[in-house]
Amino acid sequence: MNKMSRIHIKNGHLIDPANGIDEVTDLWVADGKVQAVGTAPDGFTADQVINADQQIVCPGLIDLSARLREPGHEHKATIASETAAAASAGITGLVCPPDTKPVIDSPAIVELMHHKARQAGQSHLHLLGALTSGLKGELISEMLSLKEVGVVGMSNANQPVQNSQTLRHAFEYAATHDLTVFIRPNDPSLSKGGCVHEGPVSSRLGLPGIPEAAETVAVARELELIAQTGVRAHFSQLSTARAAAMIGRARHDGLKVTADVAVHQLYLSEIDIRDYDSACHLIPPLRSERDRDGLRDALKRGTIDAVCSDHQPHEPDAKQAPFPDTAPGLSGIDTLLPLVKRLADEKLLSLSDVIDRVTATPALILGLEQGQLSVGANADVCIFDPNLSWFVGTDTLNSHGHNTPFMGWEMHGRATSTLVNGQLIFTTIHD
Amino acid sequence: MSPVDTQAQSTQPVKLRPGNIQLDPQGKLRHFLAIEGLPKPVLTKILDTAESFTAAHESRDKKIELLKGHTIANLFFEPSTRTRTTFELAAKRLSADVLNINISASSSSKGETLLDMLRNLEAMHVDMFVVRHGSSGAAHFIAKNVPPHVSVLNAGDGSHEHPTQAMLDMFTIRQHKPDFPSLRVAIVGDIMHSRVARSQIHALNTLGVGELRVIAPQTLLPAGIEKMGVQVYQNIDEGIKDVDVIIMLRLQRERMHSAFIPSEHEYFSLYGMTEARLALAKPDAIVMHPGPINRGVEMDSAVADGPHSVILQQVSNGIAVRMAAMALAMRNPDGSSAS
Repeated sequence: MNKMSRIHIKNGHLIDPANGIDEVTDLWVADGKVQAVGTAPDGFTADQVINADQQIVCPGLIDLSARLREPGHEHKATIASETAAAASAGITGLVCPPDTKPVIDSPAIVELMHHKARQAGQSHLHLLGALTSGLKGELISEMLSLKEVGVVGMSNANQPVQNSQTLRHAFEYAATHDLTVFIRPNDPSLSKGGCVHEGPVSSRLGLPGIPEAAETVAVARELELIAQTGVRAHFSQLSTARAAAMIGRARHDGLKVTADVAVHQLYLSEIDIRDYDSACHLIPPLRSERDRDGLRDALKRGTIDAVCSDHQPHEPDAKQAPFPDTAPGLSGIDTLLPLVKRLADEKLLSLSDVIDRVTATPALILGLEQGQLSVGANADVCIFDPNLSWFVGTDTLNSHGHNTPFMGWEMHGRATSTLVNGQLIFTTIHD
Repeated sequence: MSPVDTQAQSTQPVKLRPGNIQLDPQGKLRHFLAIEGLPKPVLTKILDTAESFTAAHESRDKKIELLKGHTIANLFFEPSTRTRTTFELAAKRLSADVLNINISASSSSKGETLLDMLRNLEAMHVDMFVVRHGSSGAAHFIAKNVPPHVSVLNAGDGSHEHPTQAMLDMFTIRQHKPDFPSLRVAIVGDIMHSRVARSQIHALNTLGVGELRVIAPQTLLPAGIEKMGVQVYQNIDEGIKDVDVIIMLRLQRERMHSAFIPSEHEYFSLYGMTEARLALAKPDAIVMHPGPINRGVEMDSAVADGPHSVILQQVSNGIAVRMAAMALAMRNPDGSSAS
């Protein structure tokens, strides 16, 4: 890997939403930091010049939800495989939910994962610690110990805390330690056994459904407990328009909560399941077309702050079974950048705004001084060709997981170079 | 730009829509997985072929040599006596060799995947799989993974479809009341969990029945059922008024002891078929049930054994209809239709 550290990125179209930059200009990087934008620093001699002509230069993407499968499920993917895939897709930061095996509920696991990521030398890992010990929803976890070793927030992943009193205490304790709680809203008594959105498609296919209320009932309870405890909270991977509207109303009333959506929810719906396409077996499920349009609208209005991939790579066998017996989840890091860029192509938001939703805003939610290219900031940079056309296929995906409902789709836009801490860790530009 | 506008663009991407997996390029039955997606001529062909087989039932030698040399495997991942027996009899009457494989939950949990099991059976040169499985979509999954000369018959997948049951019901209705457009049909009971109901709804609509009603409490109606071309009734007395055909569904025991209905007693009083209720239907109405009946829950014995009941005819028609489905779907080694 190229370790040259004084880099001049020239002639690129620089988009840095945090600093309001959206123009063709140069960027100078050294000692792992951004040294200058626009005008070369005095006496700067570059070890390497990257010609970014016709390219977009932006902060490296921060993906608010990506499962790397290590530790515990290394047959699906590893920290090394997925951080490298992320780097090749312009993503320089990955937020990992705590449902690894063992669960991220002890400092040892946090340190092990950080160690593996450092060894791999690719994109950054940002770990969420388990909100309750073992994600069992019974005892609150040792949040302070986890914070001291660097978790960026707490979460109970896909295992909702059923006991409202336990959840309240967990929120209070997280608030005590100034930790953000990440919530994937789900009422398990309503979603139990379900594998698709409850509606005409589930009825037609005879598949057990997950009603909209499984999400909205949980959002309602969580919003009340957030208001009561004052915890800083972030809702992850909303799937229903109603839940987004509820969060919008709560924010209007002054509650400080944020929310994200997985990018596939902005393109797909229950219709895409067709005749039991297991690539579309996702939790939360693909909802109605009305939900998809409502989520797009919420993103446009700012009710939904950020976009993530909800990356969940699987080995091929996990999807080779009758639909309800397959493992839910899709492999998403390879397609995050082109799919968010497509939102700009479709004029839902400007390109600068969509880049903001995957860079500066996720960094704000995480409380990290990243996702921006200010002078002195960490030089995590994504350079991508917005017009590069490619087809999603097993030969074009870098993640170990090839389980994607976008298989065969034509994408426009792909990373051509990625810098992490000022190091060029990925490039397809050879000149 | 409004969300509606973006939708038109975003659903455009290149994703090839697979053709109808159930039909071959000539439009002939290739697999029999679901009634949904099959055109009327294919359903009519199954009924006509079944009718041609009923004559054989009456003769002393019931066998015909249509599928001699072909091997059919009954793969039952769920327990069944009646359905498996009629499939077995149907295969034997067509002179096929039959393998009965009952896969209990324990043996499939040994770690062998469904695909591995199929590959092993294919290696034994099985030509047709008859599959019953607890997961919706299981038959589709198997059909997508077999070689071109192997066909798949769905004998019930989860809550999805049970197409041969629906076709034997259509056959029975046609025997009594051949003019479908003039018929008013009511399906009563647990529509939500019933694969039989889904197949019947598609079959009755495809065959052009005049009016189709479903009757159940809201807890037993699937979301958006009205989009499947049915009128929804929650009151049975209104729902069966002037109908020609009444199809009662079986209420699974596990539903009786969960939050779907309060008690068998209350279910019977609200939805059970009694002689008094039957009097609300047309005087010559027929009463059907896919079996096995819970007497005193779905219907009174007086109705089940009474003059309007055609329940036992359904069972005997099951053999001819399953013979027809097997004969029509069977492939030659080169993948062409064997019939």
